[in-house]
Amino acid sequence: MEHVDPLTGFRQDGRRVNEMRQIRGEIGVVAKADGSAQFEMGNTKVIAAVYGPREVQNKNQQINNQALVRCEYSMANFSTGDRKRKPKGDRRSTEISLVIRQTMEACILTHLMPRSQIDIYVQVLQADGGTRSACINAATLALADAGIPMRDLVTSCSAGYLCSTPLLDLNYSEDSAGGPDVTVGILAKTDKVTLLQMDAKLPMDIFENVMQLAIEGCKAIANYIREVLGENTKELEYRRGS
Amino acid sequence: MLQNKSFVKKTRGGKIQKQVRELYLRHDIPCGSHACGSSCDRAAARLPADAGTVLVLDTNVVLNQIDLLENPAIDNVVVLSVVLDEVRNKNLAVFNRLKALCTNTGRNFYVFANENFKETNVIQMVGESPNDRNDRAIRVATRWYQGHLAGNSKILLVTNDRENKRKAIEEGLSAETVESYVRSLGRPELLDLVVLPTSEDATMMDVEDLRPSKRKIIYSEHKPMSEITSGLLHRIYHQGKLRVNRYNPFEAYVGSESIGDEIVIHGRSNMNRAFDGDIVAVELLPQDQWHEGESSIIADDEDDEEDDVHLAPSSADDAPRSINQVQHAAASTLTVSSRPVGRVVGIIKRNWHSYCGSLEPMPMPAGHGGTAHALFVSKDRRIPKIRIQTRQLDNLLDKRIIVVVDSWDCSSRYPSGHYVRTIGKIGDKDTETEVVLIENDINSRPFSAQVLACLPPLPWTLSPEDLAKPHRLDLRDVRVFSVDPPGCTDIDDALHCTRLRNGNFEVGVHIADVTNFVHPGTPLDEEASQRGTSVYLVERRIDMLPKPLTEDICSLRSDVERLAFSVIWEMTPEAEIISTRYTKSVIKSCAALSYVEAQARMDDSRLMDPLTSDLRNMNSLAKIMRLRRIDRGALTLASAEVKFQIDTETHDPLDIGMYQIREANQMIEEFMLAANVSVAEKILKHFPLCSLLRRHPSPTKEMLEPLLRTATSVGLDLDVSSSKRLADSLDHAVGDDPYFNKLIRILATRCMTQAVYFCSGDLSSSEFFHYGLAAPLYTHFTSPIRRYADVIVHRLLAAALEISKLPPIFQDKAQLTNISDNLNYRHRNAQMASRASVELHTLIYFKKRPTDAEARILKIKSNGFIVFVPKFGIEGPVYLMPRGEKGGDWVVDEAHQRIIKAGTNTSFGVLQTVMIHLEVVEPQPNRPKLELSLK
Repeated sequence: MEHVDPLTGFRQDGRRVNEMRQIRGEIGVVAKADGSAQFEMGNTKVIAAVYGPREVQNKNQQINNQALVRCEYSMANFSTGDRKRKPKGDRRSTEISLVIRQTMEACILTHLMPRSQIDIYVQVLQADGGTRSACINAATLALADAGIPMRDLVTSCSAGYLCSTPLLDLNYSEDSAGGPDVTVGILAKTDKVTLLQMDAKLPMDIFENVMQLAIEGCKAIANYIREVLGENTKELEYRRGS
Repeated sequence: MLQNKSFVKKTRGGKIQKQVRELYLRHDIPCGSHACGSSCDRAAARLPADAGTVLVLDTNVVLNQIDLLENPAIDNVVVLSVVLDEVRNKNLAVFNRLKALCTNTGRNFYVFANENFKETNVIQMVGESPNDRNDRAIRVATRWYQGHLAGNSKILLVTNDRENKRKAIEEGLSAETVESYVRSLGRPELLDLVVLPTSEDATMMDVEDLRPSKRKIIYSEHKPMSEITSGLLHRIYHQGKLRVNRYNPFEAYVGSESIGDEIVIHGRSNMNRAFDGDIVAVELLPQDQWHEGESSIIADDEDDEEDDVHLAPSSADDAPRSINQVQHAAASTLTVSSRPVGRVVGIIKRNWHSYCGSLEPMPMPAGHGGTAHALFVSKDRRIPKIRIQTRQLDNLLDKRIIVVVDSWDCSSRYPSGHYVRTIGKIGDKDTETEVVLIENDINSRPFSAQVLACLPPLPWTLSPEDLAKPHRLDLRDVRVFSVDPPGCTDIDDALHCTRLRNGNFEVGVHIADVTNFVHPGTPLDEEASQRGTSVYLVERRIDMLPKPLTEDICSLRSDVERLAFSVIWEMTPEAEIISTRYTKSVIKSCAALSYVEAQARMDDSRLMDPLTSDLRNMNSLAKIMRLRRIDRGALTLASAEVKFQIDTETHDPLDIGMYQIREANQMIEEFMLAANVSVAEKILKHFPLCSLLRRHPSPTKEMLEPLLRTATSVGLDLDVSSSKRLADSLDHAVGDDPYFNKLIRILATRCMTQAVYFCSGDLSSSEFFHYGLAAPLYTHFTSPIRRYADVIVHRLLAAALEISKLPPIFQDKAQLTNISDNLNYRHRNAQMASRASVELHTLIYFKKRPTDAEARILKIKSNGFIVFVPKFGIEGPVYLMPRGEKGGDWVVDEAHQRIIKAGTNTSFGVLQTVMIHLEVVEPQPNRPKLELSLK
């Protein structure tokens, strides 16, 4: 299957190779949580809710000089086409939970909140490739919504390499084509990489191009997230009546 | 704008699943015309501003009229992406040709992504078939173009779909059929390229028989695909590739996996319209009908095809298939043959392509300038005659033309096709050579500008940077020389041999460093990889790499500094290799010798100069290596290679003779083999999964059968259980005359399969064996100028030495396998083309000089025998009685392979020497052939 039409240069869904899917973010979708957000990248739709900082539930896990960050990733049973009942805590979810936790932990100023706990719950409502990235972006928005102190905004985007061209933001059919898939998470302002995952072999020079493309994508997402947060702040300001 | 496209799909598990895909509709797709008045991006525009008419093609036009589209007269075309998709799904070959047209910068074909464009995207309506939707999409796009380019260009929808045309005209678009459009161009010769719609087939029948009563069903109807599939599943039918006997077009074989044997198919009606190379479904005939195969030279049929004189084939793959049949015919006299016989019930995949040939001579039709029907006779005898329609009959009668098959109706004896292009006048040497090239799919076009742009600036000289590279060894002070055939301009190997202080020898093989100039991924590399090999014809050479590289920059000529890739051994005087070194180097050859010169130097005992003593040292080493190799079981095979002396002005052959092999040839060959083996070991060690190697499979028992039969009939006992045993028994096969041994070797060579390239990851290491050389590992390293395989091996070796990085292509095993398949295909075609070229020149030679020559009988047939003429390297049939007459006075003794004239003492046995007369005759016009007759 040709993922990039050599004659028109378009991908199967009509995007060019360096174009992202349509992104949309919304803050405050779970009223009960301290912070929450929904993030969409094309047909991938995830929801994130943040609780905390709050008292550590299991005292054994309490850390004296910093906050404990916990993350739980799950996929809704209806998120993919086939109605497969996946047991909670399968290896894939555990792995992604860990990835998200580590990524977010790197940007939360945990030392400001010792002996407390922050819970991040992310759930995939609809999956169409790039769920990992979408979850991180949603978590960033939710953490900001919860007012948790952060160094910077973490944003994430994936890029792949198919038909000898680097492609930005793979959807499910591109992702399952078997090519390499590089997921990058960066601290948008400081340009530091907090997440870099790839489970395939790729020559070094090509890898750099692919990663650069993914970083460009992260930056674009960061700009958008900043916009969303700006809008949200304006609204809060308005509600306070100032 | 975002839109979701959803559809249901059946998964492999049989579940029905709903798939949802996003579809982004864009605004920024340019119309591709320079005439565009609005703000379209013109960077990719292909349609010129002054294009009077812009054509929008319907899918059926592309599918059926691709030959017409390839003609430069058709230009300024918009290809819609909906059309591209439909073509891709229906016919991949046509799609690839269309793709080539769209990417060709010389043609104004613009691909318009109408499906991704907001204004031309069309959603399937309820109750609308996908076909109708696509037609509507084409019309919507046409209308958009009409509005967009209003006033600047006329937009014309070309469609052969009557309904689509009607609707288009109703909607106010201009639409025409292909035929009426081509007619409006006013160029009648283009009309020959137009494929007529099948509804007109009825009128095309007239060429054969005018009487309507003759319009009967000649072939049985093909079974529908569903029936074939279930038949295959229940093992009623058998699937396989049909191969037509090269020597008898009315006999074909289908190699079937389900039976494990070849199914024989006799006669055109059992072949049921299948072409050579088609994948067919075959039904077995009842066993009592299994005896039709006979060992006569030709099974007679209504047609006038017959056996031909050919060059002696050099391996089993080239040899006529009928060899195996002799044994069965012998058995069939007693019992029914065990060989299954069948008939074709359906064709699973067609192998139709274009064919070279000429029209069957026919009187000019009365009406002048009108259309005429003619029968096309392909040069490839396996292809049946093809009926075509032409308006330029008088023009084409004496020409070689290319024709494509369109259809074959079960009520017509011949398939119908259409004319594609003219190659040239029949009998003209250039035309016939061109035919040889086209038939073997050899690209002889000049290199494109992009390819030539990859060459280093000329004149090239060794630069200090090259020398300064740490991995490049300076060997300019070493006495390096090359030995090649006389007149060789593409010298890709040179050698040196120095005596060391400790009595050992340092022997180096230096190969042109082609990869220093041909970098992976460049157009030059792509082109070379496509061509695969240089092709050597009698009077010309078709290069794999452009001339400056082939003849100058890479050619290791004498007295110039050249870059090389070297393998250097330290050898004891007993030719034991002590150490091997591989390095890139700079050499300066001191002499470019020919084989004759080198041989003369070695033989001339008065010469004592250092170069000559180097040659003698090498020769003595080579002799030891050769002996050792033969001891291991390498076969010394022989082939009947011939050599022409060509007139320098007319390029006509002046003389033919067998190619003489000297000791010098064997010496060079020995060191090249050693270098190849050393390199194969090295690259396999470093890259066990992606090395390109060459293997030669052992011949099977059946393949050696004809050799054994011949040998037994002359009282010779051959042991074929291993290559070593075979080599030994070949050595002992000494007959009454000196040529006997060579003849046996030629016959043995003919039973071998061809050696092939493969990717080491594809096979297990036990299959790497090279039978002919008795080497566990072998590859090609020594001729990178004329073989692409060597270029790949050079890259592998460079990567193994950490001189350069391994190009990414080697990580893709599928692609590597593709490359090696292509190399095998090209290599084989190049050989076939060389042979065809030699055959062509043989014909030209004998046309002027009917000759008598000594020949050896190879095989006895029921009405004659097949002879081999050693002097000219040709073989062909000699008839003892007129064709069609079986039996007669002559009686065949199958067991002793003799043919005896009843009542007399006259008899002929296999391998016997006979005097024959060679003469060119032309029984059918435009098909001259060499005839052999008993003197």
